[in-house]
Amino acid sequence: MPTYKLQINGVSQEIEATPDMPLLWALRDNLDMVGTKYGCGIGQCGSCTVHVDGYATRSCQLQVSQLEGKEITTIEGLSQDGSHPVQQAWKEVDAPQCGYCQSGQIMTASAFLESNPNPSREEIRSAMHGNICRCASYNRIENAVVMAAEKKMA
Amino acid sequence: MSTIISTKFSRRSFLRTSSLASGGMLIGFNFFTACKDNVKMPVDISKLNYNDFNAFIKISDEGMVTLFSPNPEIGQGVKTSMPMIIAEELDVPWANVNVVQGILDTQNYTRQVAGGSQSIRFGWDALRQTGATARQLLVNAAAARWGVDPSECSAKQGVITNAKGETLGYGDVVKEAAKLQIPTSEGAEEEESKSENPEFKDTKAQEVAGKVKLKDPKDYTIIGTDVGNVDIDKIITGKPLFGLDYKVEGMVYASVLRPPAFGQVLESYDDGAAKAVPGVLDVIKIGEKAKALLEKEQVNWTAILSPSEKVVVIAENSWAAIKGKKALDAKWTESSPLESTKAHDKILTDLLDGNEFQNMRKDGDVQKAFKEADKIVEQTYESPFLPHNTMEPMNFFADVTDSKILLVGPVQTPADAASTVAELLGRNQEDIRLEMTRMGGGFGRRLYGDFVYEAAEISDKIRRPVKMFSTREDDMMTGVYRPAIKYRIAASIKNGEVTGYHLKEAAVNGNMYGLIPNFFPAGAIENYQVDVANYKSNITTGAWRAPYTNFLSFAEQSFLDELAENLDKDPVQMRLDLLEKVKGTTDDRIQYSAERLQDVLKLAVEKSGYRNPKDGVYQGVCAYYCHNTHVAEVADVVMEGNQPVVKKITVAVDCGIVINPLGAKNQIEGGAIDGIGHSMYSDFVFENGMATSNNYDKYRLIRMKETPIVETHFVKNTLSPTGLGEPALPPAAAAVAIAMKKATGNRIYKQPFLRNMDSKPILG
Repeated sequence: MPTYKLQINGVSQEIEATPDMPLLWALRDNLDMVGTKYGCGIGQCGSCTVHVDGYATRSCQLQVSQLEGKEITTIEGLSQDGSHPVQQAWKEVDAPQCGYCQSGQIMTASAFLESNPNPSREEIRSAMHGNICRCASYNRIENAVVMAAEKKMA
Repeated sequence: MSTIISTKFSRRSFLRTSSLASGGMLIGFNFFTACKDNVKMPVDISKLNYNDFNAFIKISDEGMVTLFSPNPEIGQGVKTSMPMIIAEELDVPWANVNVVQGILDTQNYTRQVAGGSQSIRFGWDALRQTGATARQLLVNAAAARWGVDPSECSAKQGVITNAKGETLGYGDVVKEAAKLQIPTSEGAEEEESKSENPEFKDTKAQEVAGKVKLKDPKDYTIIGTDVGNVDIDKIITGKPLFGLDYKVEGMVYASVLRPPAFGQVLESYDDGAAKAVPGVLDVIKIGEKAKALLEKEQVNWTAILSPSEKVVVIAENSWAAIKGKKALDAKWTESSPLESTKAHDKILTDLLDGNEFQNMRKDGDVQKAFKEADKIVEQTYESPFLPHNTMEPMNFFADVTDSKILLVGPVQTPADAASTVAELLGRNQEDIRLEMTRMGGGFGRRLYGDFVYEAAEISDKIRRPVKMFSTREDDMMTGVYRPAIKYRIAASIKNGEVTGYHLKEAAVNGNMYGLIPNFFPAGAIENYQVDVANYKSNITTGAWRAPYTNFLSFAEQSFLDELAENLDKDPVQMRLDLLEKVKGTTDDRIQYSAERLQDVLKLAVEKSGYRNPKDGVYQGVCAYYCHNTHVAEVADVVMEGNQPVVKKITVAVDCGIVINPLGAKNQIEGGAIDGIGHSMYSDFVFENGMATSNNYDKYRLIRMKETPIVETHFVKNTLSPTGLGEPALPPAAAAVAIAMKKATGNRIYKQPFLRNMDSKPILG
């Protein structure tokens, strides 16, 4: 099996995998980074969202062979200790119910706020529309993004 | 209806204490019942076997409190709210409390089931009593050390104070407390002490033993405050928490190929291509044992067993397992007819038109009322099957060896799952250890243990630790579904009053059960009848968040609104008047409280501005009782262009004492939005026994832009708390449909609503 060098959370990781292995499963099974979640496998639910060169991307749709030289950030690398303003806002708002989709939600929100630091509620709702929360904690997710934007501006 | 003061705990034997070799004190208790008398306490915390009690409080020498909570967490917040109740009565700062998910106790298990919004309702008395007893034990220990009477001492925030103002921390007295007699409750009969240390014969301690007294709700410092999810730090940093995250050295991954259509069984398969996939280790067949068990009598209600054998791909990683399964070439044969939604539609309609009903409740003479009526209103309401679609798909870890079986994962009925596995594999229950993980959603799906048995059967065969996991497609196509149901409701009107009400249900497989036919408007109408009929299908159906009421509420509340229109009455006043007739009822089948339902209705009307809606805002109102909680909801709909848009839901809830408002509101917001999303968008169709949707590109769940704002208001009282995982869901669809009627002039009788309307998205 070929080996690939991936740059994940600032660390170079070498994995042995078939070229078509989605980044999602490489993270979860090969690298024991299970914060990135499987939800649908077809890029529809957003549970597996990571940052690739700063952009929110569905890791179930990325093959490891396409990723050499890319900077990948996962929920484990968003901050060392959960101190990222989006993570802190999530905690303050107490956004999760079951919590399964939340790392994907946080990754989508954090990339979005980098590109739009002072969004309207309407922009937030559009940006977060691709991430399904089956428990429907959408009101809280929206409020957490609003709060995170305020924290980042402060 | 019990009040807060009532408690059934006259015995003290439901609790045991022990000192720990590692320091500190361990209090064992059973969450929901008094225990047997011959139980033993573990002395080493690292060897807790959970055989005697199903929950523990550990108080360290430093006064830190660890609660080992046994109830599975599926997102409804009990892992936070139940420990809050103990901590309240124990009187410790919440910051000093750490909560750890317990392991299944298969011996003394009582109600370790997350379902039916019952956890809080059953736990309330026991949890308070446990915390209060532990507090009194510590007070008694401090009093003994000071040589004073316990009545001169008080405990607050983990510190015991005597009359002279001297203080001792809980941690300072744990060693002595562990040896003391367990104090009895005030008013309880004296009983022999059940201390774990029979050698402790200090009669003086017994003499000074102060009695356990529960707190007055006005003194609560934790209950009623906003407490964040106890797992929040792990969730926001992506730490392993869920079943799918569980992993051990040497574990392999298994993907199961099940029949693609209900009614099919495996005939043969070719695994050549699958075995050639890099990373695939083996391909095996399972299902013989489950089939054998299926032929025996009913195991337990949670056991859903397939009549078909299944092909399993064992691989080094998940991706190889998924690819290997795709490469399998399997042939299927029909063992029973392949069914379709189209055929079900006709079958259920025929059932409603026919005479083969089972009666669930009959008051007065509906036929006579209908004969004498000035007018009869009749409508039929229809709902599709619904998959649960938990975000975390079904999965379970199993490690079967000759000496033991370890099962780890997300399941709502752990005791039943463990006992079915014992039966399936012909093993002793004692060999099985089942550990629960946090669950990525349940909604009823994880009540059924099929995925646990699959994992166990695979590991039994390959004798390796294995993680069985389903893909989204597996979950959607080979699931357990909310049954398709049709209701036909007719009411008679005479001299401007409702004189008769007849509800008929036709359902695929299941019918409404238990007390549901006695919910409102039962008791409010003199001639009242509920009849059910069902069609036995080979498609597996089961509980889905707020079973039966999730759709029944839509049908009944929509109908009541139409009835009010026919009577030319205000729909709120009509409900209040009907409820007035139930007050003082002697019918003990009636579970709901007319007063409480009136109160939530009035609160929702007041808070939503229902009497004076803003220009262009159309409001629908309804009130419903289910799962022991009374809820009323008002939906605000506006027209944007030609499109009705749901903007806001105002929810009024009476769930008794609100343990954790922050968590409670999350449940209510989620429940209301879930109810709207599924009634508005979610459709699920079978053709030739096969689901036509298998993933989120073909199945629509509500998303952020479609979500209304939910505003929650609680009725403030000191009644015993009831659960919130389900009750906010059922009323939501009716409130929206009634508001839509005002906005568009059209009534909706069928879910999903979009099938009745324009297929463009309806934004929230």
